[in-house]
Amino acid sequence: MKSSAHSFRDNASHALGDAQLQKAMGHVRSGFIDKRRKAVDRMPEFEALRDQARDIKIHTLDNLDFYLERYEQKVIEAGGQVHWAPDAADARRIILDICRHAGARTVTKGKSMISEEVALNEHLEAAAIDVVETDLGEYIIQLRGEPPSHIIAPAVHVTKEQVRDDFLKHHAHLPPDRVLDEAPALVSEAREVLRQRYLEADVGITGANFLIAETGASVIVTNEGNGDLTQCLPKVHIVIASLEKVVPTLEDATAILRVLARSATGQEFSTYTTFSTGPKRADDPDGPEAYHVVLLDNGRSNMLGSEFHEVLRCIRCGACMNHCPVYHAVGGHAYGWVYPGPIGAVLTPSLIGVEAAASLPNASTFCGRCEAVCPMRIPLPRMMRHWREREFARHLTPPVQRWGIKIWAFAARRPALYRLMTGPALRVMAWLGRRAGRFRSLPLAAGWTDHRDFPVPQGASFQALWRRQKQRSAGS
Amino acid sequence: MTKDSPRVGLFVTCLVDLIRPSVGFAAVKLLEDAGCRVEVPQAQTCCGQPAYNSGDRADAAAIAMQVIEAFEGLDYLVAPSGSCAGMIKKHYPALFDDGSAWRGRAEALAEKSYELVSFLSDVMKVERTEASYLGTVTYHDACSGLRELGIHEQPRRLLATLEGLTLSELPDADVCCGFGGTFCVKYPEISNKMVETKAGRIEATGADLLLAGDLGCLLNMAGKLKRLNSTVAVRHVAEVLAGMTDEPAIGDGPAIGDGREDRSP
Repeated sequence: MKSSAHSFRDNASHALGDAQLQKAMGHVRSGFIDKRRKAVDRMPEFEALRDQARDIKIHTLDNLDFYLERYEQKVIEAGGQVHWAPDAADARRIILDICRHAGARTVTKGKSMISEEVALNEHLEAAAIDVVETDLGEYIIQLRGEPPSHIIAPAVHVTKEQVRDDFLKHHAHLPPDRVLDEAPALVSEAREVLRQRYLEADVGITGANFLIAETGASVIVTNEGNGDLTQCLPKVHIVIASLEKVVPTLEDATAILRVLARSATGQEFSTYTTFSTGPKRADDPDGPEAYHVVLLDNGRSNMLGSEFHEVLRCIRCGACMNHCPVYHAVGGHAYGWVYPGPIGAVLTPSLIGVEAAASLPNASTFCGRCEAVCPMRIPLPRMMRHWREREFARHLTPPVQRWGIKIWAFAARRPALYRLMTGPALRVMAWLGRRAGRFRSLPLAAGWTDHRDFPVPQGASFQALWRRQKQRSAGS
Repeated sequence: MTKDSPRVGLFVTCLVDLIRPSVGFAAVKLLEDAGCRVEVPQAQTCCGQPAYNSGDRADAAAIAMQVIEAFEGLDYLVAPSGSCAGMIKKHYPALFDDGSAWRGRAEALAEKSYELVSFLSDVMKVERTEASYLGTVTYHDACSGLRELGIHEQPRRLLATLEGLTLSELPDADVCCGFGGTFCVKYPEISNKMVETKAGRIEATGADLLLAGDLGCLLNMAGKLKRLNSTVAVRHVAEVLAGMTDEPAIGDGPAIGDGREDRSP
């Protein structure tokens, strides 16, 4: 996916003025947060479960090479093939080759953020392959020609009315006077249209929530069952997943599943948890004839052992963005690449380079809500700060800001000079604002006063008043 | 106060020092009433957060060293801000290399550093203050205090002991107001959206006074409420707990005829 992360500020400005988006974002604020809260309240051992899930990932990442090789061996034993893709271009090439080899004209897809990361759809479409997204949200944004704006609810930025209009436009074979005002009517229409496409598909592509080293199985969770049809009906099944999705055992996967659904949607478990292990065996009634796994690195192995190592624990539940007030304000598209919200602010610079995404780690108040809800306890604010440190060291911080901080810090390190500089300014400001108590505008502070008043200082500094008081009491 | 009273160094914070010294005096009163001897080291300006959160680690560490030197000889460091106290308590040690002398000194200071209200409540075991307030207040949980230091119950418990005071809880009290230090000027439009949402929530509580424990957030919320011509007044929680509400509220002008408007610079 082409990035516009470098223009985050403009993207955000545009998003703030988009009335439809702002209306749609209202649902994120209320829906996800309340549901997670209730799910967590129903489970007293939730915090302990978070620790357990985090520890599984810590152990796996510490032994990643071992578990990946073990996983590969098990996939091969089950009759599948594993393709190692060092970067996005490799993944695209490998998948197109498999599709061509299968003579594919239609490909169905379950929801996969990794396929977004490698821009798979565009690549296959350029080779005249018809790509059909089968997750309802993904299907909607595919019709709209948009990228996802959320990692588990890709069309969360779209209102029901917009979906109705999209369906009326794209499903031209259906009666134009049909009523599509309510969500169930939309879901049922999408299901009907997609049902036909499943049957036509030559290749099914799914992502993976987990890859299980002890069995060679891949696991996906869905609420629509679309993943099952995508991976069972076509004669070829391709799993595309990034390296860090591996866990040692089935039990480890189930332990993490317990925090995943609760953190993501507030469900105790997703409606469908689907396992796939190799192609159809001789006595299996159905399943694909060929089974491929494309394992994507795309910069992740460079993150191992770095300040950003811990972000590889992420299980893509979306809780960080669901709880992020900046994400609520601007939506996911403003972040300009595949992963929005706090996880995107850490991951995007790691994967596409900090020069191309320098704004993202700065677009946070460090309110800490993301870390507080992250089931994997990833210290997201700390990592955003690490990125800011790298930006500062490499002079990527905007010059005005850099010099502002440097000049301020020069004074802050010299208390006497600091007082000399601030004292007169305070007196003047206090005198100018003595009647109103606030300034409507202030030179050099438009960023503040364009939107809010600036309260007038009381006049003298605390330190000056304190010294005066001490001198008075010493003199008396 | 006796010779055994703890010696508390007041970390004034740069915003209280420059913009609202009355919060500092309220903190002094609360600490003295709780039996502390208050000292105000002169070699303090700021905790260093603006540098730290801008990625300027070197300056942040230099400022931290200045604070450590100024306060390490005292029994406690107390700040009327969860954000600055959080910086000193949770982030100073990480500014220095593991095993270095400064790391040890930073850890020692972190150990005895507190935010004001939680210090009064948790360390000095203050159960009530002598103040009263006739009206309805609402309370915003500033992010660092809430999530880094776990401050939630303490201010509510103390406020509940004030005669005449009714607390009307603020929905989404735990959601950031959009201040975020330099964030509010780096991303003014996003910050504005956040504080606009917050101001709407505050108005809806029906409270006549908004309280919080961090002046940065208070300036932001007061600035927005005033811009929206709201009648909700805004104060630091320490002012109300200390019964020191004579100064005009944050962003409010003086009451007509109290003579303050005629002071010259």
